[in-house]
This record gives sequence, structure tokens and C-alpha cells, in this order.
Amino acid sequence: MDINDKNKILAILDEVTDPEIPVLTIIDLGIVRDVKINGEEVEVIITPTYTGCPAMDMIAMNIKLALIENGYRNIKISSVLAPAWTTDWMSEAGKSKLIAYGIAPPQSESERFMRPESFRVQCPQCNSTNTKCISEFGSTACKALYQCNDCKEPFDYFKCH
Amino acid sequence: MDNFLVNYTLHLADNTLILAQRNAAWCGHGPIMEQDIAITNISLDLIGQSRNFYQYAAKLIGNDATEDSLAYLRTEREFKNCLLVEQPNGDWGQTMLRQFLFSVYQYLLYEKLQNNQDEQIAAIAAKALKEVTYHMRWSGEWVVRLGDGTTESHQRMLKAIDELWCYTGELFVVAGYEIEAGFDVSILKDDWLKKVSAVFEEAGLPVPEKVFMQSGGKTGVHTEHLGFMLTELQYLQRTYPGAEW
Repeated sequence: MDINDKNKILAILDEVTDPEIPVLTIIDLGIVRDVKINGEEVEVIITPTYTGCPAMDMIAMNIKLALIENGYRNIKISSVLAPAWTTDWMSEAGKSKLIAYGIAPPQSESERFMRPESFRVQCPQCNSTNTKCISEFGSTACKALYQCNDCKEPFDYFKCH
Repeated sequence: MDNFLVNYTLHLADNTLILAQRNAAWCGHGPIMEQDIAITNISLDLIGQSRNFYQYAAKLIGNDATEDSLAYLRTEREFKNCLLVEQPNGDWGQTMLRQFLFSVYQYLLYEKLQNNQDEQIAAIAAKALKEVTYHMRWSGEWVVRLGDGTTESHQRMLKAIDELWCYTGELFVVAGYEIEAGFDVSILKDDWLKKVSAVFEEAGLPVPEKVFMQSGGKTGVHTEHLGFMLTELQYLQRTYPGAEW
């Protein structure tokens, strides 16, 4: 049956955005780990970004709503913790969208960049790497607050995780 | 039902819930906005961890247990958190020191637990370890900043050490359920002391020696502070049982 096509479901999920960072879809973020079709039931397997991220409940709800709008009725959302989510799963498209939105994206190979002094975050406004960390904890669990020393603009940095 | 595993999971859950609740009291009261946001972010991470542990404990217990019933409807003597996390916030320095002492412990603990024989505990620990890495560094920077800051801030950190150090011994006293479901936490003590000493040295703060250590929290015998705190934390569910958002 065409409606059960996994790619079609993935395309629907690619319309579901993160409520805190609406330019990113849950596919960009790597939150969707798998989609399984068990007969009539569609199972979407997701993983939380941060353990305490309050957006996760809303994301699960939005996945359900998006699938219902597209005619699916039997929907199951499962959450898995292992392997632990990492910013390395963020798509390149997602990183480009973040920059355009004014948020500096996380470095690849996050393990190497957990210490802020080990690298320079690039300003999403003027591309200068002459920036400083104002606070390692920002407006949401996933972001740190930075400021550009050249253009003086404060900005969010999606920190490595 | 594996009783040891239930108790161990509750111990891990209680540690994180109680410290989260303490930190959350800073919301709107932090010294500057960025630090207010930082401490409440840490609180949120810890609540997330406790939810994962409580959800797992509820599944193990079965019947009508839920993450909410475990957090809101158990009595003080049933809570298995370490004494350190229930200690009052004091001033900002004392809160920072408590966070640092506990985060270093939690970091070493989760590093081991990510290889635990129980898959769910291992998964929660592996995930939380990344967050704890940030907590440990941030609170450690504050310990240095205040210890090596002004005469006033240095004095306050000395007082904070005086208030809190006697609760650190318990972190490495092994409870029965830890041996069965976790591991022998006493092996973490040397690494913990090494990491803490390195930061204390940078901060110009003394590492206390020969201090009498309090214990009992892990088996439900708490300081007088926990009861007051639970009264506030559990008030809504006790007064309006089953209330929902």
C-alpha cells in the first residue's frame, strides 16, 4: 500500500520542526532514529537531544499530528536512549539553516570540541572567528551564548554534545 | 521484580531530583541573568535525568507506580539520595561548591555506569554523561573564580567547604543495593579527590583532612533539611491528589 511507504512518512516527518528552533526539522536534528511499519501501525522511533529538553513532549505530539493530518491513524511513538544523541547527527543542510537563522552550528566530531577553549566559534553574522563565550548555558539546553568581538553582535552557539 | 535494581534506580533518581529542586530555587535569583539561566539549565538537565530513572523504576515496580507517584508520594525515609544534594543553597558560593563536588562524583559514576550490566541504566548514564561534563566544568570555574577572587569570596568559599565537606564521605560509602545493581563506588574516591584537589589548588582553597563524615541518606536517614524541602516539592499532589496540568 502506497500510504505505508517509509520514505513518504520520512518526508512528512521532515516537515515537523523543533519548537525552539523552528528552522530545523526533526530529520535535520537526527531525532528520528527509525520508522517501522507494523501492519496498520506506524511506529516512529525518536531519541531525545538533551535529557531534560522540554521540547521532546511537544515534538512527539507534533509528529502524531502531522501523521494524522496525512491520513495515518494507528501511530506509536517510541523513545530510545542508546546510542546517545550527538550533534554529529545533525545534517549539513541543518547546519546551513542554523547559520542563516543566526545560530552558529556545532562542530563535527563533537567529542573533540567539548571544551570551548579548544576552538573558535565563527560568528554567523560576519564570519569572524574573533568571538568570545559569554555563557556556556544559553536560552535552551542545547545552546551557549557568544559574542563577536568584531561586529559586537551577540549570538547563540549550538554547542557540541 | 529485582529489589536491588529498583532501589538503585531510585537512589540515582532521588539524587538528581533533589539537587534539581535545590538549584531550581535560584530561578530568578541568580547573581546575573546568564548565571541564573545556567543554574536553571543544569536543574533542567538533572530533572530530565531523574525522570528517566523514575520512569524506569516505575516500570520495574509495576502496578500503579508512575514517575510522578515516585517523586511526589514517597516519604522522606523512602528517599535514597545522598545527604550532600539536600543541603541548603546557602549563598551562590555554597551552591557552586555543592554542584562541583557532586558533578565530579556524578561524572566518575556515570563513566562507569555507561557500561552497567543493566542496559537502561547504562543508556541513561551514557546520555547524561555529556551534560554532566558541562556541569562539572562550569561549577569548577566558579569554585576557582570565588576561591581565588576577593577576600570576601574566599572567606565564603572556606565557609562553604566547612558546611559541605562532611557530606562528601557518604558518596563513597557503599549501600547494599549498589553492590548488587551498580558497583563498588568506593573505588571512585581517589579519582574524585584528585580532581577536586586540582581545582581547590587552583582556587587557593584547602582540602580538609580528618573530617568526621556524616552518612545515612542512601538508606533513608536524612538531615533535617530534606523533610522541609519535600513538603514544598510534594505540596500540590498531597493537597490535590491526582491534580494534572
